[in-house]
Amino acid sequence: MKKEITCIGCPMGCRISAVLDENGKIVSLEGYTCNVGKKYAQEEFTVPKRMVTALVRVHGQNRPLSVKTAKPIEKSRIFDCLKQLESCTVILPVHAGDVVVPHVCGTDVDIVATREMY
Amino acid sequence: MQKRLVYNLMVDVIVIGGGAVGCATARNLSRFRLKTVLLEKASDICEGQSKANTAIVHGGYDAKPGTQKAKYNVLGNRMFQKVCSELDVPLKWNTSLVVTFSEDGIEKLEQLREQGRQNGVPKLSIIGRDELFRREPNLSREACAALLVETGGIVCPYEFTIANAENAAENGVRFCRNAEVRKVSRDETGFWTVESAAGTFTARAVVNCAGLYSDRINNMVSEEKFHILPRRGEYYIIDKRYADTFHASIFQLPTKMGKGILVTPTVDGTILIGPTAEDIDDRDDTRTTPAGLAKSLKFGSRTWEHIPLRDVITTFSGIRAHCDKNDFILGEAPDAPLFFNAGGVESPGLTSSPAIGEFLAGLVADRLHAEPNPNFQPVRHAIPKFREMDAAQREKAIASNPDYAKVVCRCETVTEAEIREAIRRPVGARTIDGIKRRTRAGMGRCQAGFCTPRTVQILSEELHISPLEVTKFGGNSKLLQSYLFTKGEDDHAQR
Amino acid sequence: MRSVDLIIIGGGPAGLAAAISAYESGCRDLLILEREETLGGILKQCIHNGFGLHTFHEELTGPEYAQRYIDKVLQYQIPYQCDTMVIEVTPDRRVTAVSRANGLQQFQAKAVILAMGCRERPRGALAIPGWRCSGIYTAGTAQRFVNLEGILPGKRVVILGSGDIGLIMARRMTFVGAKVLACVELMPYSSGLKRNIVQCLDDYNIPLLFNHTVVDIKGRERLEGVTVAEVDPKTHRPIAGTERDYDCDTLLLSVGLIPENELSRMAGVRLSPATKGAVVDENLETSVPGVFSCGNVLHVHDLVDYVSEEAGQAGKNAAAFLRGEQKETGRTIPVVDGFGVSGAVPQKIHVGGADEAVNVMFRPRGVYRNAKIVVSAGDRELYSRKARILTPGEMVNLKLRPEQLRRIGEAAELAVKVEAS
Repeated sequence: MKKEITCIGCPMGCRISAVLDENGKIVSLEGYTCNVGKKYAQEEFTVPKRMVTALVRVHGQNRPLSVKTAKPIEKSRIFDCLKQLESCTVILPVHAGDVVVPHVCGTDVDIVATREMY
Repeated sequence: MQKRLVYNLMVDVIVIGGGAVGCATARNLSRFRLKTVLLEKASDICEGQSKANTAIVHGGYDAKPGTQKAKYNVLGNRMFQKVCSELDVPLKWNTSLVVTFSEDGIEKLEQLREQGRQNGVPKLSIIGRDELFRREPNLSREACAALLVETGGIVCPYEFTIANAENAAENGVRFCRNAEVRKVSRDETGFWTVESAAGTFTARAVVNCAGLYSDRINNMVSEEKFHILPRRGEYYIIDKRYADTFHASIFQLPTKMGKGILVTPTVDGTILIGPTAEDIDDRDDTRTTPAGLAKSLKFGSRTWEHIPLRDVITTFSGIRAHCDKNDFILGEAPDAPLFFNAGGVESPGLTSSPAIGEFLAGLVADRLHAEPNPNFQPVRHAIPKFREMDAAQREKAIASNPDYAKVVCRCETVTEAEIREAIRRPVGARTIDGIKRRTRAGMGRCQAGFCTPRTVQILSEELHISPLEVTKFGGNSKLLQSYLFTKGEDDHAQR
Repeated sequence: MRSVDLIIIGGGPAGLAAAISAYESGCRDLLILEREETLGGILKQCIHNGFGLHTFHEELTGPEYAQRYIDKVLQYQIPYQCDTMVIEVTPDRRVTAVSRANGLQQFQAKAVILAMGCRERPRGALAIPGWRCSGIYTAGTAQRFVNLEGILPGKRVVILGSGDIGLIMARRMTFVGAKVLACVELMPYSSGLKRNIVQCLDDYNIPLLFNHTVVDIKGRERLEGVTVAEVDPKTHRPIAGTERDYDCDTLLLSVGLIPENELSRMAGVRLSPATKGAVVDENLETSVPGVFSCGNVLHVHDLVDYVSEEAGQAGKNAAAFLRGEQKETGRTIPVVDGFGVSGAVPQKIHVGGADEAVNVMFRPRGVYRNAKIVVSAGDRELYSRKARILTPGEMVNLKLRPEQLRRIGEAAELAVKVEAS
């Protein structure tokens, strides 16, 4: 099976194509122009991952806190992750980098605050 | 929910309609000892044709001699300076020009001048190319002559209307908005009952200033029926950067090709191009259309050859209350005692409004044997505009109110102090558009992109409503859907 | 009136980087004036990741990227005033500002850096026919409502324009529970970054319709729907019969950014019709001596990293100007936009003086594949570089080295062009 993706490693946006076998293993890969692109393509063709940035409830406020996954998580888990964040409430003060939810959705990835809020 | 007030008041006069004519009439009624209520169907005054027109104080050459239009145009024009001085409304006598693009139009210009003379318009003259281009160097070179109307001016129509309303309110007139009139009837005792969305009122006299709906109000009570034929016009507004491009308001001499499109500076420094004229069925259909906008540009470019499309601020349409009688219908209805009409008032309605207001109020007062109001205060002060102050004035303004140091609308330099005052004033702003028209916040280049979040917040604070209830212009024109997260239960309890 | 060596107008990414760089170049009497309540500018509301790949080699969110610079400003104890709106700059560098805390302030600056950023093109400027209802926002305004105020503007969304903020908002609106029906783009290509198209639209199956536009807006009060039609790629006119209605309560606009040069104009700074920003030389100095411009107020950038880099140059050059060290000997020649080039910055350079490299940035006018970027002086080619793809969404950033600049000789102008194959 042949698949094509757009590399997002940099603004170049290289088109990378891969031939995959029936188990989803990459047989051949072409179109990348750097190691970042190669690595991205290998992951994107097998286990695509995304950084997730989101908003969470702050106790006593309408204004939300911005957060992110400390590392990319599997693309297929994005909405599970958002779902889990819906039920989360943080109490101020919060500092950038503070862990808001550890091991989101049972992964090894923490949700951390991306800003200060007092 | 906003509280709905239900009045059941016995008053002397009910004015139906809060446009230029209604507000001018209300102001003039407050010169007498009369208890007056003005009912406006929209969420704010000046929401109909008074907010979307050419903003010109017409000289009065255009109307056929002997018509009410001709009479009140000329009378109104003469009153404008005094009224604007009293009400602190910017007015500029920039002159009007009616331009012809062909030599054979000169004869028609002469006819217009003669018509103007008959109407009593002073200082009309025909100028040739040299004089024309000396005055208007950026005018298309196709122009060959023009009628110069020295008594032509420009004014901001909503500032003018709102100023009339504020002054009327300060002198005791009550304003009810969101008060669409559903029924007007006269009982056997001779009193008028007006049923509205804001309650039922009883009055000795009713003045119909309902603009686009003036026929419906009239036709409820009088057999002397007339009909409004709504006519839509579409406009462009061009950036202030071009403020110096034209000095006069430049009309085109009507030809077989159409009435022509006006290009005029506004008192706020932008340039207005329009209007088209399209008869439509729906009187509230203020849509802009591809055809209408294209036409405005096409004909506008006869006057201004290279209209800078990259610097369009916005487009809009306005609907004129053209009447099948082809004239203003003014005065007491012959078969409905103490029911007065300002019906079919379209252009030059803004110019005529001070004269119509004075005439109708005088008539009402006369019929009701009203005494003059000894406490009438003709002077109204505009919201001090930060953008027009010099450094010393700014320093002083900030010292007295630190909100003057908070610029909310960057494009038009409107401060929080001005916005809050616009809400707190009599007949104050209740909507984003209301703030816009009272302060110009959101009227500039970014078209409220930056200031909307802040004006929403200020409105919500001042009116003690949730930001979710703030509207653009009332009704269901809400800006925001919901909070992502609401505060916890305990927080609600504290509020 | 207070005298200050350097005033930086704007505390967003450009202003912060300019201030830091000026400080690091020895300027000690400087002041940042920021109109909002905190430093950081538009980055405060850009809570998505993707910032800083070039500068820090890691993916930061907007607030995190801004914080790196804010931390430096704090570390250097660079003075700044927030909640302070500059209302006037004169050609002799007198700066007037207002703030609740300090009232009206006037400063006499020896140098000024303009770093006010840009604004979004609104609906009005597009003259889209239809009703003037509520529910129409620029993408950035919606972004502020959602990310900073925690308020959802609407539930069913169409996005007009595929600029980056629009793409980012497509994903954000999806995340906060709205349905994004389509992203509609007039051009046959997007002005947004590839990664944003992939990660904000493709990931969520949001259709991106090229050669389409909104031709009607429906809803007397709140938006009820829009009509989208295909356009002729050449004339951009809607093609009759291709109309399609979308039921939506929200229309977001991402149709271009415009440098906010009101203050520049007051200061007498000459502006470029191509960039809508100041005309600058290689030092990023405007036509008014001692007034510099950088970031999105100079020209709209694609990546904040480049904003920071450019602003750093402006800060360094302003500091040199203050020391009286600006080595601009010789004549200036214009940098001219050739084929395929829109708004090259700087617009002029000094010849024969500087022995430093000169950065030239521009946006391609269209999409060019297997193209060559060429800089030439007269018939001499000074620089050339191959590019597999050039798109208007992605800025070209090239460096002319001193030895290349020396080859300008007596040429009257420097031409930057794209040679498409």
